Amino acid sequence: MNLFKIIEEIEKVDPELQDRINPRRAAIKNITSFGSKVAVAALPFAVATLFKKAYGATATVAVNDVLNFALKLEYLESYFYNQGVAQAGLIPSTDAGYFNTIKIDENEHVAFLKSVLGTAAVAMPNFDLTAKGAFPTVLSNYDTFLAVSNTFEDTGVRAYKGQAPSLLGNQVVLTAALSIHAVEARHASVVRSIRASRGVNIAPWITGSASVYNDTGVAAVNGNYGAGASGYPAENNTVQGGVDITKLPSASGSSTAVNIAVEAFDEPLDMATVLTLVGPFFA
Amino acid sequence: MLRTYLYNKLILNIQLMKTETQASAGSPDMARRSFLRYAGLGAASVGLLAASACHKDHKTTINGGVDIGSGDLGLLNYAYALEQLEAAFYIQVVKTPYSGMSSLELSYMTSIRDHEIAHREFFKAALGANAIKGLTPDFSSVNFSDRASVLGQAKAFEDTGVEAYDGAGYLFQSADYLTLAGKIVSVEARHAALIRDLIAPGSFAGSDVVDSNGLNATLTIAQVLTIANKYLVTKVSASSYNYIAS
Repeated sequence: MNLFKIIEEIEKVDPELQDRINPRRAAIKNITSFGSKVAVAALPFAVATLFKKAYGATATVAVNDVLNFALKLEYLESYFYNQGVAQAGLIPSTDAGYFNTIKIDENEHVAFLKSVLGTAAVAMPNFDLTAKGAFPTVLSNYDTFLAVSNTFEDTGVRAYKGQAPSLLGNQVVLTAALSIHAVEARHASVVRSIRASRGVNIAPWITGSASVYNDTGVAAVNGNYGAGASGYPAENNTVQGGVDITKLPSASGSSTAVNIAVEAFDEPLDMATVLTLVGPFFA
Repeated sequence: MLRTYLYNKLILNIQLMKTETQASAGSPDMARRSFLRYAGLGAASVGLLAASACHKDHKTTINGGVDIGSGDLGLLNYAYALEQLEAAFYIQVVKTPYSGMSSLELSYMTSIRDHEIAHREFFKAALGANAIKGLTPDFSSVNFSDRASVLGQAKAFEDTGVEAYDGAGYLFQSADYLTLAGKIVSVEARHAALIRDLIAPGSFAGSDVVDSNGLNATLTIAQVLTIANKYLVTKVSASSYNYIAS
């Protein structure tokens, strides 16, 4: 491929190309292909540098920054499930299959992201699964393990969703991120179902009310994350794209219950807030 | 080959830009904004109701059906069509519960129905006058009194829904719309996992939907509508995405 040839072609049509677009986000990002690790590892850096001068600090997040952010979360999840599955007596045999599947998925996510990032991949950090003592029984009490698992999966879904806009313009990477996002949501659903089967008042989807932001029962994620500096709404948000969902018709009448409006839409979360949330798990 | 693809894509972008320039009485500013939006820069964050994509008439009937149209409005109509189908399905499921439906299962089906109605009503409200018409479903292939038939169909709808949103995400020009689609697709994935586990415990992320990289499968608009039209009297086309219902 010849990037400069392509850019020349655009410039023939649009001489002000370089004033108009940031190719890193549109054309050139699309060149990254998972079929070519070299392209992904090398191109974003080279091209970002090349165009940085032309466009200055655009406050956009580089693709590799997003991928490394995802990799950190996947390292944490895979470590958590590898430890949990290996811990004798923690997971009941009836549920072993569930966590073996989740463990395999998370390890695949790590391997996948590492292969995409190549030498740009961050190294696996050290972890403290007790989160500095917040969950002392995380590897000895199944319900604690499930609660932490629940929050990891829900937070993972929020994290990937929050990064999607940063990947717009890159078909391959965005589609892969959305695909991991969906798998994390599948995990979240089943972990929540397992918790429900053990007496926790919880459903496969995140519910809430005007005063309850999140139903995981874990204090750290029950805070009104997103309503503050990050600009993202909390999980009990009921207004989507300017539309108040509670004012829409439902099966039962001309309005929709708050819990339905909350459940029907998951909320994204920004990188900084996610890292703050999971921060205590990093040793 | 990759280069050819990219080149064609770029030319397409430029053509889109030109079309929009013409549509806005030759205002170069408008064209610039549109192109920036296409490039995903989000320079002008576009409100949901204020959006204007290409103005192909999505209400044009093809073979007696509807066409989703093009641009972001086309994608929103695509989602609206799928949510209409899902909502109609679960309304029937709850109305005529299958034999042996447990109270927990009825509670789950009712919640999923309500989520799908909320999705449907959201797209209808957001699209306003740009919305395609209400679609008439055809569930004659489903035996609503049989658990396996209903859950099998629910699984197909949910998995297809996830694969549809994930497969079309990159086509959005607006980051806001992409995020909205993201907010919905994870809920569909939660449904899919639940339904799959009701059918076969442990199948929530089976190898038929999650590959060896841990990635959920995706489908193109043409693939999804081919499936969806099997359950629709009102056929849905996507001429801008190389799919005309037969």
